[in-house]
Amino acid sequence: MSAMVNIRKIVTVVEETLQEGGHAVSPPTRRAAAIAVIENPFAGKYVEDLAPLFEVGEALGDLLAKRAVAALGIEGGKVQSYGKAAAVGENGELEHAAAILHPKLGAPFRKVLTKGAALIPSSKKRGGLGTVLDIPLGHKDAAFVRSHFDGMEVQINDAPRANEIMVAVAVTDSGRPLPRVGGLKHTEIKGEDGLR
Amino acid sequence: MPEVAIRKRVTVVEEILHEGGPPPAQPLLRGAALCVIRNPFAGRYVEDIAGFMDDLTPLGIAMARDLLKALGGDPARIQGYGKGAIVGSAGEQEHGALWHVPGGYAMREILGEAKAIVSSAKKVGGPGTRLDVPVTHINASYVRSHFDAMEVGIADAPRADELLLALVMTTGARIHARVGGLKASEIKGQDGLR
Repeated sequence: MSAMVNIRKIVTVVEETLQEGGHAVSPPTRRAAAIAVIENPFAGKYVEDLAPLFEVGEALGDLLAKRAVAALGIEGGKVQSYGKAAAVGENGELEHAAAILHPKLGAPFRKVLTKGAALIPSSKKRGGLGTVLDIPLGHKDAAFVRSHFDGMEVQINDAPRANEIMVAVAVTDSGRPLPRVGGLKHTEIKGEDGLR
Repeated sequence: MPEVAIRKRVTVVEEILHEGGPPPAQPLLRGAALCVIRNPFAGRYVEDIAGFMDDLTPLGIAMARDLLKALGGDPARIQGYGKGAIVGSAGEQEHGALWHVPGGYAMREILGEAKAIVSSAKKVGGPGTRLDVPVTHINASYVRSHFDAMEVGIADAPRADELLLALVMTTGARIHARVGGLKASEIKGQDGLR
């Protein structure tokens, strides 16, 4: 891990749904999130050049993707959908979350998954300890796959502190449980343009 | 007695590297296994509920095994434990108490010689309710460095007719424990207390 990322805590969550609406989900749908709680080096001050946080995003894209995929117990190539999110503690700026999430986090994340033609859906916010992050999820190779439009809620009771940032990625090996609102199917995609 | 109908399983692992102090050589791991099941007694008063504890025993063992695996798989690394339950709004607090025996038995079974009582918490609550699961040392309840807790919860559980069952294990003391008291290295580990 790069020395410029001061990680206080890493949390992994695996969620497996076996029933929905009283019907069995077979095989169960599974999703995992990995969340790092890091020091925000720019908390409490305005800094113009946020490039150091781009590097943080790059390091976390690799680390968190590997943790989340390992938590699911599958190969990276088997991941079907993904998402990312960040929550900045109260002494930071929303732009700090953007600096981690957007410039460099995606490439190493996609490398762990061997592919990822689609945009990685994302969300961000500022908040206090216990802030709830809804990580948006979309199909990793074809954003229009309707069965995979989803979200995963994560929270850590003691994060983010005022001078911290909580950075999360989520991956799944499936779409929603019992999807039945039509649209493009996982089995029908070309996976070339990231959309269909 | 009714079968155990599982809707959802969640596993959470926290790896704590530091909390502002000197990072120890080994990060602390805290893990929770959560399971959302149908409450067979929801919506009415049932006098005789104790038999459901036997039905929960295999689930407890499976959860304890999964949790140990999520924490690396070595029972010798586990130093703290706790358990808890959240009862959906159509159930009673007493339904949560059904978890005491099977939850505790399961972790002792998986961890071998654990001597101390498994600390616990329970409540009635709606979806998204958070529960602070208390944690103490597995062989000596008075080990002060291991008094801890892990907050758990699931956004969509428990529904009114559900139970959310939790087991928690940890691999060590609080990350920068320094308030004295009985140390893990000093315990006799015979009576479960010291």
